[in-house]
Amino acid sequence: MSRTTISLSEAKQGDILRIVSIDVQGVLRRRLLDLGFVVGNEVEMLRHSPLGDPTAFRVSNTTIALRREESSLIYGELIGGEE
Amino acid sequence: MMKHYTVAFAGNPNTGKSTLFNLLTGLRQHTGNWAGKTVISAEGEFTHNNRVYKAIDLPGTYSLYSNSADEEAARDYIIFEQPDVTLVVLDATSLERNLNLALQVLEITGRAVVCINLIDEARKFGIDINLKAISKRLGVPVVAISARNKIGIDALLDQVERVATGAFTSKPLQITYNDEIEQGIAQLVPMIEGVIGSKYPARWIALRLMDGDDSLLTSLKANMDPKSTSNAKEVVGHGVTACH
Repeated sequence: MSRTTISLSEAKQGDILRIVSIDVQGVLRRRLLDLGFVVGNEVEMLRHSPLGDPTAFRVSNTTIALRREESSLIYGELIGGEE
Repeated sequence: MMKHYTVAFAGNPNTGKSTLFNLLTGLRQHTGNWAGKTVISAEGEFTHNNRVYKAIDLPGTYSLYSNSADEEAARDYIIFEQPDVTLVVLDATSLERNLNLALQVLEITGRAVVCINLIDEARKFGIDINLKAISKRLGVPVVAISARNKIGIDALLDQVERVATGAFTSKPLQITYNDEIEQGIAQLVPMIEGVIGSKYPARWIALRLMDGDDSLLTSLKANMDPKSTSNAKEVVGHGVTACH
C-alpha cells in the first residue's frame, strides 16, 4: 500500500489527494483547518490562476484558492485523478 | 411582564442566517456595535407563544478562533454577553464544514439550538439528513428549516423556547482530546476558575490559552475590569440596517 505523497502545490489539474499532514503553523493553520484542510479530508486540484499562483482547490464542497506558500506545506496522498 | 430572552444567531457566511433573522424580526431591527468593535450586527425582536425574544445577528464566521474582528466579535458576544440561546445556523448542503462552528459553540455553551437551513435545497441534491442522530450526538435540539420558503420555523422556535426556558436540559458533546491536552486542561481549569470564577467556560478558555490565543486574553482582561464591563454592555444604534 504505497501511495505517492506530494504537496498540494505539486498536484496536477484533476488530481484528488487525501491530506496526510499540514506543516503550516499559527493562525493560518487554524484558518486552513476551519476551511476544511483537515488530515483525512479529500482535496481536488481544480486549476491554476492565469499567472500560475494561486491555485484553486475543492475541499468540503467549496472552492478555495491557496498560494504556493501554503499549498506547498500541505501534503496528501494521491487517490485519484489524471495520470 | 415576562422576561425577555436573548437569542444570538451564529453561522457561516451564506447560510441564510440573515434571511432567517429578517424573517423572524421583520423590520423591527437596528444595528449594534459592541465593546468598541467596528463590527456591526443587527438586533431585533420576535415573539413566539407570547414570549418576546431579543435577537442578535452575529457576523457570519467559519470559526470562533479569532482570525478576524468578525470572529472575535461573535466569540466575545457568546462568552461575555451569554445569550439565553445561541442559534447555530448551518447550510444543509455543506454540513461537514458548517458543523465545525457548531462544535466550537457547543464547547462554549450547551444553551444552543442547531438549525439546519436550506433543507429544501439539500433535498434537491438528494441529501438526506438524519436529524435525530445529529441531535443525539450533539446533545442539543436540531431542527431542519428553509428560511426562504418558511418551512420548519414554528418547530425551530419551539426548540428555542425549550432551551431558553430551561425545559430542555442539554448535554452538549464534549470533545475528548489526547492525554497531553487533557492533562493541560485539568491543570489549568482550577486556576482559571480561581481567577475568573465559574461564570465563563473554563475548559474552553483552557484550550484557547494552550493554543496561545492572545486575543481571548485581551478580551478576558477587558471584561474583568469593572470600568469596561459597563461599556461592553452598551449597544449603540446607528440608524442603519446592516445585514451579514
